[in-house]
Amino acid sequence: MLNYSWLILLFPAVGALFNAFWGRRLGPRLVKLVANAAVLASFVVAVLMAISLQALPASAHGQFELTLWPWIHSGDFRVDLAMLIDPLSVVMALVITGVGFVIHLYAAEYMKLDDEHQPLDDRRYARFFVYLNFFILMMLTLVLANNFLQMYVGWEGVGLASYLLIGFWFHKPSAADAGKKAFIVNRVGDFGLALAIMWLFFLLGRDAGSLAFNDIFHALDGATLAVKSALGGVTLLLLLAATGKSAQIPLFVWLPDAMEGPTPVSALIHAATMVTAGVYMIARTHPLFELAPGTMTIVAWIGAITALMAASIAMVQTDLKRILAYSTISQLGYMFLAVGVGAYAAGIFHLTTHALYKALLFLAAGSVMHALHGELNIDLMGGLKAKMPRTYWQFLIGAAALAGFPLLAGFWSKDEILYFTFQQNKALYAIGLGTAFLTAFYSFRAVFRAFAGKPRDQHLYEHAHEQSQGMVAPLWVLAFGAVFAGLIGIPAAVGGLFGLEESHMLEQWLHPVFADVSLPSLPVVWELSLLAGSSLVALLGIYLAYARYVQQAGWTLFLQRLFTPLQSLLEHKYYVDELYTAVIVNPLRTLATFFYRFSDQTLIEGIVNGLGRVTMVVGGGVARLQSGMVGLYALSVLVGVVGLLALMFLVG
Amino acid sequence: MMIDYLPLLILFVVAAVFAAIAIIMPSLIGPKNPNKMKQEPIESGMIPFTDARQRFPVQYYMVAVLFILFDIEVVFMYPWAVLLNKLKVFGLIEMGFFLLILLIGYVYVWRKGAFEWD
Amino acid sequence: MNLPHIDFSVITPELIVIATALVVMLAEFVGAHATPSPTRSHRIALIALLGLVLAALAAVAGLGRAATDIQGMLVADDLGRYLELVVLLAAALGLLLAWDYLPQFTKMHSEYYALYLLAVVGMMFMGKSTELITLFVSLEILSVALYVLTGFHRGQLAAGEAALKYFLLGAFSSAFFIYGAALLYGDTGSTHLVDIAARASGGFLTLAGLALLLVGFGFKLAVVPFHMWTPDVYQGAPTPVTAFMSVGTKAAAFVALFRVLQAAGVSYATWSLVLALLATLTMTWGNLAALRQSSLKRMLAYSSIAHAGYMLIGVTAGMQLGLSAVLFYLFAYAFMNIGAFAVVSLLERPGYHATQDATIDAARGLFARKPLLAVVMAIFLLSLAGVPPLAGFFGKLYLFNAAVQSGWIWLAIVGMINSVVSAYYYLRVTVLMFMTEADETSFLRSPLSNATGLAIAVAMVGTLLLGIFAGPWLQQLGQAALAFAGS
Repeated sequence: MLNYSWLILLFPAVGALFNAFWGRRLGPRLVKLVANAAVLASFVVAVLMAISLQALPASAHGQFELTLWPWIHSGDFRVDLAMLIDPLSVVMALVITGVGFVIHLYAAEYMKLDDEHQPLDDRRYARFFVYLNFFILMMLTLVLANNFLQMYVGWEGVGLASYLLIGFWFHKPSAADAGKKAFIVNRVGDFGLALAIMWLFFLLGRDAGSLAFNDIFHALDGATLAVKSALGGVTLLLLLAATGKSAQIPLFVWLPDAMEGPTPVSALIHAATMVTAGVYMIARTHPLFELAPGTMTIVAWIGAITALMAASIAMVQTDLKRILAYSTISQLGYMFLAVGVGAYAAGIFHLTTHALYKALLFLAAGSVMHALHGELNIDLMGGLKAKMPRTYWQFLIGAAALAGFPLLAGFWSKDEILYFTFQQNKALYAIGLGTAFLTAFYSFRAVFRAFAGKPRDQHLYEHAHEQSQGMVAPLWVLAFGAVFAGLIGIPAAVGGLFGLEESHMLEQWLHPVFADVSLPSLPVVWELSLLAGSSLVALLGIYLAYARYVQQAGWTLFLQRLFTPLQSLLEHKYYVDELYTAVIVNPLRTLATFFYRFSDQTLIEGIVNGLGRVTMVVGGGVARLQSGMVGLYALSVLVGVVGLLALMFLVG
Repeated sequence: MMIDYLPLLILFVVAAVFAAIAIIMPSLIGPKNPNKMKQEPIESGMIPFTDARQRFPVQYYMVAVLFILFDIEVVFMYPWAVLLNKLKVFGLIEMGFFLLILLIGYVYVWRKGAFEWD
Repeated sequence: MNLPHIDFSVITPELIVIATALVVMLAEFVGAHATPSPTRSHRIALIALLGLVLAALAAVAGLGRAATDIQGMLVADDLGRYLELVVLLAAALGLLLAWDYLPQFTKMHSEYYALYLLAVVGMMFMGKSTELITLFVSLEILSVALYVLTGFHRGQLAAGEAALKYFLLGAFSSAFFIYGAALLYGDTGSTHLVDIAARASGGFLTLAGLALLLVGFGFKLAVVPFHMWTPDVYQGAPTPVTAFMSVGTKAAAFVALFRVLQAAGVSYATWSLVLALLATLTMTWGNLAALRQSSLKRMLAYSSIAHAGYMLIGVTAGMQLGLSAVLFYLFAYAFMNIGAFAVVSLLERPGYHATQDATIDAARGLFARKPLLAVVMAIFLLSLAGVPPLAGFFGKLYLFNAAVQSGWIWLAIVGMINSVVSAYYYLRVTVLMFMTEADETSFLRSPLSNATGLAIAVAMVGTLLLGIFAGPWLQQLGQAALAFAGS
């Protein structure tokens, strides 16, 4: 079966091409049928891959490499187009195609209307699904690559898809700008990845003439100390790439703006899958990171600080999708924290549960947005529970899972991260726990402001209505996942209470990949009390939100006044965008303008136009005008001659 | 090494000195009684009566260029003729190609009407 | 007297092109269609195209059979054969562009194609010259033909201006070139590269001679600070000519430059540093100036300056690795750049004035109007920007790799930073095509003729195939480079 794994890439590729060429003529019905069937077929392949992977002999170490065809063969250097099928890539493939399929279903209904609530024309409907299928293809290419170069192709491919989809409502300047911003910020990270790959090749790949993960990691065994110390630099570059794709400090600024894209895009790309590529990449290259403890510490701290910062910003946002965007950044911070402390399986666990409940939250928010004709300001909502009960329940389940409400999906995965962090660094643990409190607060703030209480905008409220089954039904699948997905990762301490020592199924599954990493553990009592602690914190956060927004208790108003000075800072998102504009964007723009003015406007056009105008007035004909300019050009040649001669003698 | 160029240098000096003598000596020893006639600039025996920078029909230019072109090609045939005995058939064929290319150019300018005055 | 032995197989492709040029010159006098018409133009173009194809076949047939002849003035090694192929490829693509473009503005079809073919001959000879006089003569053949072709759009002020500028500055730099050749002759007593390599003193005369030769090359390659003519000429010349010469001239000059440098008698350490500095200057200047152009042709002109800079990195890297990378890049550049120019030629308003020709705005909403064309243009631009897995990416990869392998790490980094900068202006056009609606500024010449369509299709297939089969092709070129570097 594994020999046919390439089918997983073929289906979305065919889907995208098919809709690209014939989508317009076929009409929306067939377009969505083709697109959805492609992703469903890929999902089926992913499931079959997971099943056949278990049937592999033990000698395979849970790995299967499938070479499709030779790609670059140049001297001793060879890169093949090949797939690396192991538990890690299969988990990712399952998340991508599974969540991706549900979101495709939802989008088929959602995208019937455009951003101004008018029927979307067929051509753009088809284009949307071309992009979406293309994204699935590229994301699978990324996670199934067996070498760095192919991963890079996927990495750039998802960036392109993200750019196209953020700017899907391109007639809105804000959407076009957001697309550009995402692309440019990501280029900074991609640059890091490209440099890291080249550096890695010179450090480790040169002997094997390969960039395959396995070859590179094998080369680590015989690597000299100098090579190993250089890994610090390589991993930092990889980290730069990861912070770009996964929206961490310092490159997180593009993700909130990316919410300009259609909501299914936010759910699929900017919550569930693409943004987790950074986490995946670190997990995939963990043998390198394990040898660079310094980078690991930085990863953990970046994760923790990003988590705290984004969560605090989310507390004051009023735009529903932006709250979710900052929440995504914050949750990705948790994943970074996890891989930073070496708990890769925990990071992937959180990645999986987060994909489910965050996609659920986004899609539910999309339903609200549709119901309110594009309005996303929670200050104008309120009382929607009565109008859209099913969406309310879906959003509530998602928010509870996000908040870490005991026994739901987010609870288990977040707690596992905190558990491993606790053993490594108490300060990081404190930040993580504090963030958990903020998370509980802001997620329920959104629930209560939007769905509870009285409507604050009567007009909006009256127009609100529950969405059609086509949009509501798929969400129950995600809701189911948000409630029960945590069960694949129940810690052994808890499982032990019920006589199940191997209750953490995901960790067992991923064990072949991370077999080289060993993590310390604490007595069961400690583990259980940490669990209790985080439950308490989550409940406290929810209670605070309840007291503030439903009961409107007096003491909460007092608290808010206490924090007023902070509020403005948070509302301006710590002024990071402004900082970047001042420090990077403006100087660059000035420099470009300077060169443009200097080389073209002043030097050439200035003289051409100036001379041109003067001679036209004088009527002296073209000849003199040309001699003027050419003289200048010739002067440039002469300067070059003198410079070259001088340089030659200086060097020679 | 550089001594090889000494004759060249001497040639330059001789040429410069000769030119200097040719200009300076007449003005020193020649008789001078200028009149208006003598101070007129002359060109090919004609007395110029307008400014030199004026338009003239492009046919002059065409004929001049074509003349120079074909004239120079004929010059190329002198050394060839001298050596023809030694070059034998090979030389004959080579010159044949040379003339063929020239002929094609000739046919081209003819058909383009470059020789027609109007 | 010993007659010189002449092995005509060394110059078979050139002979074919020369013969074609002669036929083309007279073709307009033959047959019933003696009056100027598109049909007559197509007939002449077809003859020229046949000649180019035949010459390419001859070049392919000559692969693997290295020979030096014509009194040691020309060499037909594999390097020379590949050069012929890249020049012929560029010429054929440029010719397809001219197919329907030419009859729009002129009646002089024979002249155009004859001069065009002569320029091709000049380029082919230039890349095969192993002697300075031959090199200079072929340089002049191609230059003179291109001067006239640049000004072919006679009704236009900008075209005449461009041609005159090109001519004056070209003559100016040719003088430096021939002066450099004279100094090298003075140093060694020979104009044959082999003798120069053997006898060069490495002193004043050698250094000055090489520096002045570099000026001549720098002018043809549009290397900063000898680049000033490029934007004006590329903009003023008919687009098919621009497309052709931006690739063909560069190809010929780069190969000739390699030949000269190998025999220059100056140490690698000396010339490589000089070229590294020129490369840095050229890339940076070209890219920065391209950032804010509003004319597509002008933007591509600055971009071609930048690309000359990238290729100079390969020259800096030295003989074997650098040469194979440059050769690969030339092929990639032929496809992607001519492809881009082909699309640009469709965006030009007929009867344009040079300052308001194919503006960037003309591409507005192209995706909505002609989705396929927009996608193809995007592929060319992304390839120029160096986005994997297209030809341009691998071209840059090999260039930078060659630089790193020969210890020029900083130069590779400068190159990479530059390609990041360049992504901005290529993407700007892409954004306009895909993310804006067509308005009154947008334009597309229609209908798309078969010849132009064919050129675009070939260019795109080439851009994609070179990306997919980059490795084998590089290996192929690498053998030619190895044979050259080892000789």
